[in-house]
Amino acid sequence: MANPQLNRNGELTHLLTTEGLPRDILTHILDTAQTFVPLADRDVKKVPLLRGKSVFNLFFENSTRTRTTFEIAAQRLSADVFNLNINVSSAAKGESLLDTIANLSAMQADLFVVRHEASGAPHLIARHVAPHVHVVNAGDGRHAHPTQALLDMYTIRHFKKDFSNLTVAIVGDILHSRVARSDIHALTTLGVAEVRAVGPLTLLPGGLEQMGVRVFTDMQEGLKDVDVVIMLRLQNERMRGALLPSAHEYFKQYGLTRDKLAAARPDAIVMHPGPMNRGVEIDSAVADGPQAVILNQVTFGIAVRMAVMSIVASAG
Amino acid sequence: MDPDCPVYPADALPDAETLYDSLREAVSRALRGLPPERTHLVGIHSGGAWLAERLQRDLALPAPMGTLDISFYRDDFDRIGLHSQVQPSDISFPVAGAHLLLVDDVLYTGRTIRAAMNELFDYGRPASIGLAVLLDRGGRQLPIAARAIGARVDPAPQGASLVLSRGDDGRFVLALEKEPTHG
Repeated sequence: MANPQLNRNGELTHLLTTEGLPRDILTHILDTAQTFVPLADRDVKKVPLLRGKSVFNLFFENSTRTRTTFEIAAQRLSADVFNLNINVSSAAKGESLLDTIANLSAMQADLFVVRHEASGAPHLIARHVAPHVHVVNAGDGRHAHPTQALLDMYTIRHFKKDFSNLTVAIVGDILHSRVARSDIHALTTLGVAEVRAVGPLTLLPGGLEQMGVRVFTDMQEGLKDVDVVIMLRLQNERMRGALLPSAHEYFKQYGLTRDKLAAARPDAIVMHPGPMNRGVEIDSAVADGPQAVILNQVTFGIAVRMAVMSIVASAG
Repeated sequence: MDPDCPVYPADALPDAETLYDSLREAVSRALRGLPPERTHLVGIHSGGAWLAERLQRDLALPAPMGTLDISFYRDDFDRIGLHSQVQPSDISFPVAGAHLLLVDDVLYTGRTIRAAMNELFDYGRPASIGLAVLLDRGGRQLPIAARAIGARVDPAPQGASLVLSRGDDGRFVLALEKEPTHG
């Protein structure tokens, strides 16, 4: 099957998932993002690449941070940005997803940034928009969060330079995490030496080994000699199900403390996609410590989203 | 406009090093009367950046130079998309109040220079902007003229572009390359 993210010329026209994305496209996005980072130091932090284009942020699921970074990125590219909080408008009135998209397309949208609680919603939209309209997935269900994965890759490359010798541990609720899935695909494509998944058995999905991931249920073993630790947010609603005993119990076993981090390499970096639950998956001493690069991730996220939007918008 | 610059037909251009010598003389003249500590060369990627690096060294200029990649400012982004090899622009000095001499290899339509000026103004308000080019091949579509020119090309090459490259030894080479025909 043809990759739905690429056009006939092999250019990236939608960003839906990091799965199956060729390595040269991943690298091109990271390289382009690198040229946007210095903009933050200029008098005028904007470039005119998307001047006259309309970017619609369609958030069917709330996320202030991700929506804001997409908004900043689009504005730094000089696009006109429209934020639609769909939860409280059309969808609530019973309009179908494709009808919503058809209406917004009639308002001359050029690019949709979509977050949806249903896996696959951005794919569905991408299949139905006109060829000159582009879709960027800002997180769909448990499926994918490709711009988060790309900013994670950017952060890793920034601090570690080269992927080939790295061991990366992803820790926590892998089962429900679209970030973990997108990170694993991107890390594998970029050729890291080893990807590890660390967490309680109830939060580890099947099939990880087939993706080339080493699975650990013991935190000390899982973090031994790693270069990068990616902590995942433990969603509170998981605690209400039968998957976990309590937040306190989880923190004791899988919460990242200085003691547990000592098993990693001394120069290991600690990442987190946010928002953090201090005292649940990460201790404040680590979150605010010298190895944390969590706020760098946020800053790089703007440059990475600028790169993604400008690259898809330039696809024919 | 530099009235002293030599003129050659496209098929009888001297080698790039000879043209560079002519440009260096012209730039040296163009910089006279400007405050050296506040006058910066700004090379446009890639050819202009190579020329600016060489001029900076050969003329022993005291103020730091900068480089620009105008990919994000092109007026044909819609049609040609984003270049796969965008270089970061590097302007590490305050632009406000500075005298800038843009450096490029070939001056043709003038659109690259317009894009470069737009980008420079996003760094601040310069005191003045001048332009130095290795070759002026005519064909302007905007009211832009160079202050320092290595040589003018007349008649201009038909259906071909002039392409500057830099060898491993740092020496410049100029080639005439047939333009791709757009289908």
